[in-house]
Amino acid sequence: MTLIEAENAVVEEFSMYEEWLDKYEYLIELGKSLQDYPEAAKTDDRLIKGCQSRVWLDYKVEDGNIVFNADSDAIITKGIISLLIGLYSGRTAQEILSSDFSVVEKIGLKENLSPTRANGLVSMIAKIREVAGANV
Amino acid sequence: MFPTLSRKVYGKNLVYFDNAATSQRPQTVIDEWNRITAESNANIHRAVHRLADEATQAYEHARDAVKDFLNADAREEIVFTSGTTAAINLVAFCFGEAFVSAGDEVIVTEAEHHSNIVPWQMMCRRKGAVLKVLPVDDDGHLVLEKLDELLTERTKILAVTHISNVLGIVNPVEEIIRTCHAKGVPVLVDGAQGAVHCKVDVQKLDCDFYVFSGHKLYAATGTGVLYGKRKWLDAMPPYMGGGEMVGNVSFRETTYAPLPMKFEAGTQNFASTATLKQALNFTNLLSDNELIKYNDEIRDYLLDYLRNDSRIRLFGVPRGTSDEKIPLFSFVVDGVHHEDLALIMDKMGVAVRSGQMCAEPLMDRFGVTGMLRASLAPYNTMEEAEYFVKCLNRAIDMLL
Repeated sequence: MTLIEAENAVVEEFSMYEEWLDKYEYLIELGKSLQDYPEAAKTDDRLIKGCQSRVWLDYKVEDGNIVFNADSDAIITKGIISLLIGLYSGRTAQEILSSDFSVVEKIGLKENLSPTRANGLVSMIAKIREVAGANV
Repeated sequence: MFPTLSRKVYGKNLVYFDNAATSQRPQTVIDEWNRITAESNANIHRAVHRLADEATQAYEHARDAVKDFLNADAREEIVFTSGTTAAINLVAFCFGEAFVSAGDEVIVTEAEHHSNIVPWQMMCRRKGAVLKVLPVDDDGHLVLEKLDELLTERTKILAVTHISNVLGIVNPVEEIIRTCHAKGVPVLVDGAQGAVHCKVDVQKLDCDFYVFSGHKLYAATGTGVLYGKRKWLDAMPPYMGGGEMVGNVSFRETTYAPLPMKFEAGTQNFASTATLKQALNFTNLLSDNELIKYNDEIRDYLLDYLRNDSRIRLFGVPRGTSDEKIPLFSFVVDGVHHEDLALIMDKMGVAVRSGQMCAEPLMDRFGVTGMLRASLAPYNTMEEAEYFVKCLNRAIDMLL
């Protein structure tokens, strides 16, 4: 699936949930499904600033693709980061940078999160772009 | 009576349980703010024209209302500030300038809001003084037995919260003040929560300073009060210079205005401050015995629930009767992040606070990264409390 197709699929998936609590249920499930993140990698340099809850983002480059791994101590935040990883992990830097990241607005996450949390989301996206930019 | 309370959020009736952060305002407060802004907007204390007179009257009537509310000895002892934080900064700075030297000591408690820690820390750093801390026990009560050993001949002042914004326990400030005064140490009481929930009589308390915010006490935002005994306020130098805080100004020398103007430099937030009068009028309605009984029932219901649900760890537990506690409940659910709970409850229409509540040392004391806090006001209802419990349970079930 191309990145645009994947982004559209997420938007479609989210449109199925009319109630906010259902969206959260879905994000909680996504959060729980995120693969284990090593305790040793929970370092300050991997901590994303701007989040009320703590978020760590790590990555490695494999065969020209950037593979992200992340964790958070809050499960909804973890769900959001899981969603982002599902979309952008395992893709090339060019692919990632070609996205306008409007997917988070389309699924209504950005404007419906508390300002602190929305800032955290912006910081997560900025970090993903930054990593991609450094690995073109 | 409270327009905000009848609104909906996400299609649900708003249940506003974040009153310890800011309270909602009664219509009378909103009307007064609008009236001054629309009809009597002129800078206070300066001009002789009609509008200035009206604005000044409204502002100074609020001072009289605060004097009566606190039972202060004189209106000169009431200084208006932008809030509790500004009032504590003023005292920490000016008292420090006048009375604190290198090697002196200042005492705060472990239960303080950052606003009653950082200004003292800054002053101590500036003066080379030492900040000492009175601890709290596991139930959130101050360990008074330690006070005697903390007080030394170098102690210059002690700052303590009347009621912690995290623990909601009414501290025995009268006893603390007696102990401190026996050693000649003045006391500042942070009344940000205390002024809202306790009958305060500064002469009976005999506190040297009492500070609180208007916006937590139904007044407009950007309002605060510093009560100080005249002998201290007289002995302290001004905080900021300029505006109406002067007597005579020349390039050689400036004399300062008498109290309270000496501490009110620059244009004051007069429209908001004036609403303190309407806000304090509103608090008179709250002394109704039936209402107090009803609010106590709500508090006891929530206290009982939060103490007894085994998944919940409540901080600030009364040792005697529940009257030691105000309707303010901070807690954690083990295995669940406080922010997730707050986020889910928000979508159910319930406004609660999550995080460190500006009390990081207290979070460290209890070994948590943050808490969830529900804080009620007298306009909250038993139905809302029951709905809160229902939503909390549903949120915990979703997250565990």
